Amino acid sequence: MSSQLHLAGAAFLKSLTAGLSEPSAPKSLGATTERSSKHNQAVIDAIPYFQEWREAARQVKTYAIANLDKLLVEFERNITARGATVLYAQDAAEANRHILDIAAEHEVKSVVKAKSMLSEELELNHVLEEAGIRAVETDLGEYIVQLAGQRPVHIVTPAIHMSAADVGRLFAEKLGEPYSEEHSKLTDIARRHLREEYLAAGMGTSGCNFALADTGTLVIVENEGNGGLSTSTPPVHVALIGIEKMLPKAAYLPLFLNLLPRSGTGQKLTSYTHLIHGATPGQKLYVILLDNGRSNVLKDPAATSALHCIRCGACINACPVYRRAGGWAYGWVYPGPIGSILTPHLVGLDQAGKLPFASSLCGACGEVCPVKIDIPHQLVHLRHRAVNEPSPMNSWTERLTWRVWAWFMGGPSRYKLMMAGVRMGVRMAKFLPWHPGKLGAWTRGRELPKVPGPAFRSWWRRHGNQYTQDQEGARSPLPPGEG
Amino acid sequence: MSQSNPTVAPRQDDPPYQTGEPVALFIPCYIDQFFPAIAQATAKLLNRFGAPVVYPPEQTCCGQPAFNSGYWDEARGVIRHFCDVFEPYRWIVCPSGSCTAMCRVFFGHVDPDPRIVGIGRRVFELTEFLVDMLGVTDTGATFPHRVTVHLGCHGRRELGVIDPPMRLLKSVRGLTYCELPDLADCCGFGGTFSVKMPGMSLAMGGTKVENVVRSGAEVVVSNDISCMMHVSGLLRRDPATRHIETMHIAEVLAAGTRD
Repeated sequence: MSSQLHLAGAAFLKSLTAGLSEPSAPKSLGATTERSSKHNQAVIDAIPYFQEWREAARQVKTYAIANLDKLLVEFERNITARGATVLYAQDAAEANRHILDIAAEHEVKSVVKAKSMLSEELELNHVLEEAGIRAVETDLGEYIVQLAGQRPVHIVTPAIHMSAADVGRLFAEKLGEPYSEEHSKLTDIARRHLREEYLAAGMGTSGCNFALADTGTLVIVENEGNGGLSTSTPPVHVALIGIEKMLPKAAYLPLFLNLLPRSGTGQKLTSYTHLIHGATPGQKLYVILLDNGRSNVLKDPAATSALHCIRCGACINACPVYRRAGGWAYGWVYPGPIGSILTPHLVGLDQAGKLPFASSLCGACGEVCPVKIDIPHQLVHLRHRAVNEPSPMNSWTERLTWRVWAWFMGGPSRYKLMMAGVRMGVRMAKFLPWHPGKLGAWTRGRELPKVPGPAFRSWWRRHGNQYTQDQEGARSPLPPGEG
Repeated sequence: MSQSNPTVAPRQDDPPYQTGEPVALFIPCYIDQFFPAIAQATAKLLNRFGAPVVYPPEQTCCGQPAFNSGYWDEARGVIRHFCDVFEPYRWIVCPSGSCTAMCRVFFGHVDPDPRIVGIGRRVFELTEFLVDMLGVTDTGATFPHRVTVHLGCHGRRELGVIDPPMRLLKSVRGLTYCELPDLADCCGFGGTFSVKMPGMSLAMGGTKVENVVRSGAEVVVSNDISCMMHVSGLLRRDPATRHIETMHIAEVLAAGTRD
């Protein structure tokens, strides 16, 4: 597992929370995600019944996750009947073995890859390269970060941190193309190089946005046409699917197709929506259903909504921490709020226990989630688990601090004693040459509050009775069933 | 815009408030110790509109700092103390959206005991109590200043308290409302987040300060003075913004009147 967290050649991944406590993303990333968030909001505000859609989607997802065992079997039966081969994988290693076996069987020399975050979980490019197989990303953003030797910075827009000028320089350096900043020229260059790859590839891989159990259909949404080419041009198509992607019925698909593009890229519909009903005659279709830690979410009943995620990226765009930290700071495949509530389950709290703390709990993520995942509540739930289970946040000194705090907060005299200490501390702080620990963390950029005269409770003892008309007699009835 | 948060928690507001019923003040620790004038303004406001105010002196804290840090076992004892103190009171009012959200939304996460959950749901944020329970539309205040508003995220998203503070502020005489750009963005305080990830907290606060300056306001008003502790700390650090004041909404709503 740990090898997945600290990816080869990526210096920024030395620590899982590198950058999370200090702004490290370029300003353009913050500006772009903010613009994207506002645009999506405008698109959503134009739909008067968007909240009803969200609620309906939440209910469908709740049903699907509660019935995954049955839906997976139904999906497997239906897509197998249409000529596909279904393989299950417990973890990344098993999925990679399946892929290498398939590649060996069909003598694959090169692979074209449609966008898939699951393939990032597998580190598939790396695995294929080691086996001597050429892997080429075909989504423009993925292609750019692959050329740059980087990891996606965002799950929907992988190269959102780069400007057109950055891409122009990259294409000049890696592809030997004349430098340009023009978007159309840059896409032309990528298209020209990728066309050759499609024709040469022995295998195409893709992710899957929704897997329809009742019809055995793979649904892929995309904007560039690369998804269609990657899944249909090569003789072998391998679809990588997280087990949580099941939808019980095709009839629910329109609901999700309404939600995903609007929340993802602010489109009413993506340019292409592929519904793949089994294998094309004469070609091979393999479907790999991957767990890779997802069933850990099912073991935590308070956390199952984390599996509702449809990977739109709305929470990421809305998150003030992500906007300033960027995606790499989260250390693994899924950044932002959804990463902070998913990664700890997928790779373990012992590795990712700090992620749920990378939030001010402002709730912007939960507000925009199209399937109503209670992300801020999941964050505090995982914080609770992180301090009680083996994790970097499980610290006996901090536990002791909160024990002592709780004792002082257990009664008014102890409270007053502690507050006298706090007031004195704040008063004295300005005379100290330097401020240790948390105090220093506060004052490195902020003034401390001024300490006023007596506390409110002392004032109330002397003046309170003027606001307490007929306090003695009046005692209102408590709500039914209480008191 | 209708409330889009999936988890706006129910409050116990039925049967509605009857005139003469006592209202218990829950004054969060930082207001009690560092901003007593806000608690005084809260008592004045409630009393002005006919509510007899009680302050149970045994109160301490709602447990939020420990809860948000993950230490729910430690928070549980503090929450039980809160509930023992406030159990006799049907109406509990607090001049903080964040602490109110802790009581109403999160008590049940820590302790599903129906007694605890029930008492948490009797806690109201000051402005929602004034507007929704006491029917106040105008507090009679006068405050001749350029004012911008930052509503704390917990009050905004966990409780959905947005209209009451805005409506009350717009009734204040002499007040010029300056809209804050990106008004719903977090200020970066986040409780212990402010000292656990200070760099990130300061960067978020820096954006908020830029927007305050851009709004042209002389005073930033909030229903959560904890956010303002952070924003004011930033404003006072820089000589260019030192003149901008931060205030709690209760102080503005009680301003320019005698009682």
